[in-house]
Amino acid sequence: MTKQRKAVALISGGLDSMLATKLVMDAGIHVEGINFFTGFCVEGHTHAIRNSDKDKVKRNNALWVAKELGIKLHIIDIVEEYKDIVINPKHGYGANLNPCLDCKVFMVKKAYQWIIDNDFDFIITGEVIGQRPMSQRKATMPIVAEKSGALDRLLRPLCAKNLPETLPEREGWINRESLLDISGRGRSKQIALAKHLNIEDYAQPAGGCCFLTDKAYSDKLKDMWQTRGDKDYTLDDIMLLKVGRHLRPRPNYKLIIARDEGEGNYLEGYKRDFTTIKVTSHPSALILVQGEFTETDALLAAQIAGRYSQGRNAAEVAVTIKMLSGEELNLQVAPMAAKNVLEEWYV
Amino acid sequence: MSLHELDARRLICPMPVIRTQDKIKALAPADILIVYCTDPGVKQDIPAWCEINGHEVLSIEYEARDIIVTIKVGHT
Repeated sequence: MTKQRKAVALISGGLDSMLATKLVMDAGIHVEGINFFTGFCVEGHTHAIRNSDKDKVKRNNALWVAKELGIKLHIIDIVEEYKDIVINPKHGYGANLNPCLDCKVFMVKKAYQWIIDNDFDFIITGEVIGQRPMSQRKATMPIVAEKSGALDRLLRPLCAKNLPETLPEREGWINRESLLDISGRGRSKQIALAKHLNIEDYAQPAGGCCFLTDKAYSDKLKDMWQTRGDKDYTLDDIMLLKVGRHLRPRPNYKLIIARDEGEGNYLEGYKRDFTTIKVTSHPSALILVQGEFTETDALLAAQIAGRYSQGRNAAEVAVTIKMLSGEELNLQVAPMAAKNVLEEWYV
Repeated sequence: MSLHELDARRLICPMPVIRTQDKIKALAPADILIVYCTDPGVKQDIPAWCEINGHEVLSIEYEARDIIVTIKVGHT
């Protein structure tokens, strides 16, 4: 009796990994999915936090893809291990703080360990040659296979015909002719294939699934590293960089100001861990203060808080500052005029 | 059958799903797990994860800001 071959697919939640998985499933291979949580994932977070997204159905696309394909999905928390990739990428960063090539090597390496531990035969990714400027190029594809240790147990079904034969093809577990030769940044072939496979609903290709590819996010992370003089971070640190308006009016502290009720509710969850500022005389969102904040900083911070409250046009607003020490400061201040909120304060 | 609880408040998806997944690994079939969450995303994500992994969501209830998901562990 022929042994049932098994593969694990790296499922991002996007169309490419969905198509790659479907092609391999259709060849009779048992496939399970794996999804890595780095803490920088765009997936779900902004939906969970912001009001503007409240009308959208909140779904995790990786889970949704697994459900559509009828496969198991293993979500793996790699937040701690991933720090080294973000802080010390051997192959450097992309346009922002995105260590895409190191990230891909790391994830395939983790998947390779997973197939060894779980007695699976090979790994599938939705990579396409030329799709991404850093990690998905003809020159970098062999680097991922080699540095991860997966070697010829790494199959990229969407562009396999453009690459050397892999173990699953050589052993006849899967027919090379059933695999594809897609290359480049275009999406038309993937969209046509989705139609052919009766896949009608899928996440639209976005700018990326990782906040590290985003300039505004990367700028906030750089600011955090520079002001702390240390690149270490916690999950809360990197989550808070996704939320609110960040202003650094003085080098020693930063204000995180909610932009809507959803963000306000999210920041409320952190109020015991930070000095907080709240305008009490007018509707306003909670502000978190990060850094070494002292009473001498209170006046300026309270005036800025007034600016971002609904009392911004009032002559005076009442502001309560709860220091991390437990001390409470109550101030009456004139809200800062818009022109006095300096552009360089925005992180 | 035994009853277990998991506090996943303040975590946003996929963390509540990951914590649920990791907790269930140590449980036996037919055990009951009650997960306390605050991210509304869990209303879709925990049932989706349970469905593909063979567990059953018995109920989703609301208490103040908490979303309470009760799961019966399946045979996986």
